[in-house]
Amino acid sequence: MRAMHVVVCVKQIPDPATPGELDPTTKTLKREGKLILDESDAYGVEMALQLVDAAGGGEVTLVSMAPNSEVSGLRTALAMGAAKAILVSDDSLAGADALTTAKVLAAAIKRAEPDLVMAATESTDGYTGTVPEQIAELLGLPSVTFASHVEVRDGTLSVRRQTEAGYDEVECPLPALVSVTAGVVEPRYPSFKGIMAAKSKPVEELTVADLGLDAGQLDPRQEIVEVAPAEERKAGEIIHDEGDAHLKVVEYLEKLKVL
Amino acid sequence: MSLSTIWVHAEAQEGKVLTVTLELVSKARELAGNVEAFYAGDDADAIAGTLGAHGVTKLYTTGGLDGKLPGPALAAALAAQIEGGNAPDMIMFGTTYDGRDVAGRLSVKLDRPVLTNCTDIGVDGDTVTVTEPIFGGTTIVDTAFRCDPPHIGLFRPKSFEPSESGGGAAEVVPIEVPDLGATGAAKLVNRHIEERQGPKLDEADIVVAGGRGLGESGKFEMIEELAKLLKAAPGASRAIVDAGWVPYAYQVGQTGKVVKPTVYIAAGISGATQHLVGMKGSKNIIAINKDEEAPIFGVADLGIVGDVHKVLPALLEELRKRVG
Repeated sequence: MRAMHVVVCVKQIPDPATPGELDPTTKTLKREGKLILDESDAYGVEMALQLVDAAGGGEVTLVSMAPNSEVSGLRTALAMGAAKAILVSDDSLAGADALTTAKVLAAAIKRAEPDLVMAATESTDGYTGTVPEQIAELLGLPSVTFASHVEVRDGTLSVRRQTEAGYDEVECPLPALVSVTAGVVEPRYPSFKGIMAAKSKPVEELTVADLGLDAGQLDPRQEIVEVAPAEERKAGEIIHDEGDAHLKVVEYLEKLKVL
Repeated sequence: MSLSTIWVHAEAQEGKVLTVTLELVSKARELAGNVEAFYAGDDADAIAGTLGAHGVTKLYTTGGLDGKLPGPALAAALAAQIEGGNAPDMIMFGTTYDGRDVAGRLSVKLDRPVLTNCTDIGVDGDTVTVTEPIFGGTTIVDTAFRCDPPHIGLFRPKSFEPSESGGGAAEVVPIEVPDLGATGAAKLVNRHIEERQGPKLDEADIVVAGGRGLGESGKFEMIEELAKLLKAAPGASRAIVDAGWVPYAYQVGQTGKVVKPTVYIAAGISGATQHLVGMKGSKNIIAINKDEEAPIFGVADLGIVGDVHKVLPALLEELRKRVG
């Protein structure tokens, strides 16, 4: 048995229940309201906590990048049981693309020297799905993405990786990075005790300069040139079932000549 | 003006080129004078014919990877080519498991952004612009690359129509995978193929999908029977995949499969943004849901406000009579 130190990348996002908005001037996603823990990240946090438990020692450190020193999403993950957090918050990072985000997160992760880096497959708001693999490359780590099952045996990861046709069994030595799919584990709800304890857990806040990154490396090399509403799909006929709605469906399928 | 060369990530299963690869190749042909592809696998000769018929002139291949994962291996092999002077203007990937891995690693190696979830691409002079739907497809954003080529883009399946150009087999050109160091340490030990009956989810003419409104996992049998009667593929919302009712391979949505069948039947699915992204390109949509306010009714051609536990059994009985 050896202690496991796991870093989990978490994103704090606008509540997905409220519709997203673009800033009309910068054309980047508005992220000024209260942010919450991306639900996709709860799976990584839970998986990390379970791996630390199974190892019999170690701890979970959160790493996040967010505007305005936002910590409310981090507190949720700390309440689940993570020990501490590193937050990179810097005005210069507004509208950062996937590669810039990966550079910042990788620099923050390096400080924690983890055995394992975990991330969700993709965020709920931006869903580029490339950040975890970019972080792995920046840190020179092997990686297994789209993990639906993760175990550590004698310092080696054993992972089920989703594929088009089913799944692959992949083995990988530590240190490494794993991105997990939703459903890999059932995330716990923070307990009252956990929520109280989270309030005093350490959150180290850093800027781009603190990370030793050169701002020139982080300049965006893409530009949003046009934003337009999509052609709306019109809603069709809506009927209330009075016991014969199934016949309407049959009629509709017949009209389309698929029956 | 058009681009000179575009590279496309070629993927295949059991010697058959994935449809998304052929879609990208066909689009690339419109934009560039020369389309080449790259492939990790020991059967490049088997797919060179199909790729050539769709317009690929050269197929770069690393050969089999001997258990290494394609992400680091293919990215390193491509980066070595580019550093050696063999560089395209644009590199196109399908949004697939391996496509995202290779594109992510390559973007770091080349220090170039990768634009994702693209559904279209255009070229104006030297400027390459890609289109991406955001906010569940309600808003369309065009983004231009503002750096030196090669540019990297990940494209959603079904964005383009595959078409043949009548070309001969692509020339197979071996490329080397440099030493990967620690990044190549992950090893494939075993592959599991999940058996599915009936048509493939992303190729079926009719898709019947179930969601949380079914109430319990056993009720998914209604979806499977309905699919069978209609010769359709069964699908699912993320909620019931996460809940473990059905395997991930069933999932329709932003994560999961994008489908565009002739008919999509959504039963007990409320229509979260994440789901709508994956199915609202369907030609005809039928939705059955208890909640009149469910967003799925906003995209449905025929919306039934009703209890799936009443409507589905009645529908099944009627279809059994007709189809047998």
